[in-house]
Amino acid sequence: MPQVTLTVNGKTSTVTVEGRTLLVELLREKLSLTGTHVGCDTSQCGACVVHVNGNSVKSCTMLALQAEGAEVTTIEGLAAADGTLHPMQEMFRENHALQCGFCTPGMVMSAIDLVQKNPQGLSQDEIRHGLEGNLCRCTGYHNIVKAIDAAQPLLHAKAAE
Amino acid sequence: MYDFTYSKPSSLADAVAALAGDDQAKALAGGQTFIPVLKQRLNNPSVVVDLAGLGLSFITVTGESVTIGATTTHAAVAASKDVRNAIPALAALAGGIGDNQVRNRGTIGGSLANNDPSACYPAAALALGATIKTSKREIAADDYFQGMFTTALEPDELIVSVSFPIPAKAAYVKFKNPASRYAMVGVFVAKGPKGVRVAVTGAGQGGVHRHSAAEAALAANWSADSVAGITVPADALNSDIHASAEYRAHLVQVVTKRAVIAAG
Ligand SMILES: Cc1cc2nc3c(=O)[nH]c(=O)nc-3n(C[C@H](O)[C@H](O)[C@H](O)COP(=O)(O)OP(=O)(O)OC[C@H]3O[C@@H](n4cnc5c(N)ncnc54)[C@H](O)[C@@H]3O)c2cc1C
Ligand code: FES
Ligand code: FES
Repeated sequence: MPQVTLTVNGKTSTVTVEGRTLLVELLREKLSLTGTHVGCDTSQCGACVVHVNGNSVKSCTMLALQAEGAEVTTIEGLAAADGTLHPMQEMFRENHALQCGFCTPGMVMSAIDLVQKNPQGLSQDEIRHGLEGNLCRCTGYHNIVKAIDAAQPLLHAKAAE
Repeated sequence: MYDFTYSKPSSLADAVAALAGDDQAKALAGGQTFIPVLKQRLNNPSVVVDLAGLGLSFITVTGESVTIGATTTHAAVAASKDVRNAIPALAALAGGIGDNQVRNRGTIGGSLANNDPSACYPAAALALGATIKTSKREIAADDYFQGMFTTALEPDELIVSVSFPIPAKAAYVKFKNPASRYAMVGVFVAKGPKGVRVAVTGAGQGGVHRHSAAEAALAANWSADSVAGITVPADALNSDIHASAEYRAHLVQVVTKRAVIAAG
């Protein structure tokens, strides 16, 4: 059986997989990182979004073996060791940007990539378009957009440190 | 998904050899189409040949053309300053495909090899008169697209890069399906070294095609008014859950006009 070596949230692991094993299956079933969700399994909903080498991707639409040598960050890798939330997580909490929470890990991972790639800042309309790959059945998106907007200066300040 | 052997060759020759030696072997690029196909068990490959190690992610711009390597992602094309300067319509097209996560994985080679009848890149390749360089030969866009999901590619032939001649004017306007962002109708208009060319995606039963009536009108007089009245027959257009053929025929008329306005 093939093996894949990758670094997830700073920790390097070598895992035995099948050719067909998806990255999300590796994360959830082999590494027990169940914060990354599977909503649709058809590349539509974005519940499974993680960062691979700094880019947000749908981990249900990538083979585990395609992540050989990659740096992967999941929702579990965001908060500091003492439990202090990442500013994007904190802004989601402060702005009541989640209800059932199912979409939240993917939303947060997509939102961080979106904000980091746009240091010039985004309008609320641009944030909405930037979330096209993430579906939420509960919130109506309004507070998610507010949270991401509020997180922009915090993330940009963090990047400038 | 059926299981398969995964291989990631580091040279084009090895990738081609892997495909040529086994008719059940299949190429994998960004996986944004192929992995969903595998999940539905519509394909049962023996070997999946990942093209990510071939060094085909690059963009080269000269005075005459923009050349993009097959495994270059939509996100890389959209963000490229060189592409934005040379052919802004092409960068904008790439930036409008799917969503950020699809664009971070999906590639130009995968899009052109798949030739989905609603895909965006085929319209750019056909309207700009692109040349598709493969592991065997160079294919003009006019000869490359051969109907829905069908191209001139042979089973063991890989796209290496695509060269787009730089036009004087061009624009792509897509009336998108709001859920997938695929084109219900997309029109790419261009006035360039290959003449005035108009390509329509999302509408035709045979996939991407040229719109000769609009081309003739625009060659005589490049203006939105000259295409505003051009209707197209609905008989050769698609009808599906998203739109009827009649609706698509109307969209072709409206979107062509909008594309000419956008091109200026
Ligand atoms: C949610 C969603 C929304 C999307 N929206 C759009 C949209 O708005 N517009 C649009 O145009 N597309 C859209 N797509 C499709 C997307 O652009 C895909 O990335 C693209 O169609 C396939 O590219 P890929 O690199 O992912 O190829 P893969 O899925 O890896 O491969 C597709 C096919 O091409 C073959 N192939 C790949 N590379 C080569 C090569 N170099 N030479 C020969 N054969 C090759 C493979 O064998 C396979 O048969 C969407 C996809 C998703 C999941
Ligand atoms: S589970 Fe991956 S996009 Fe829905
Ligand atoms: S909070 Fe329930 S799906 Fe988004």
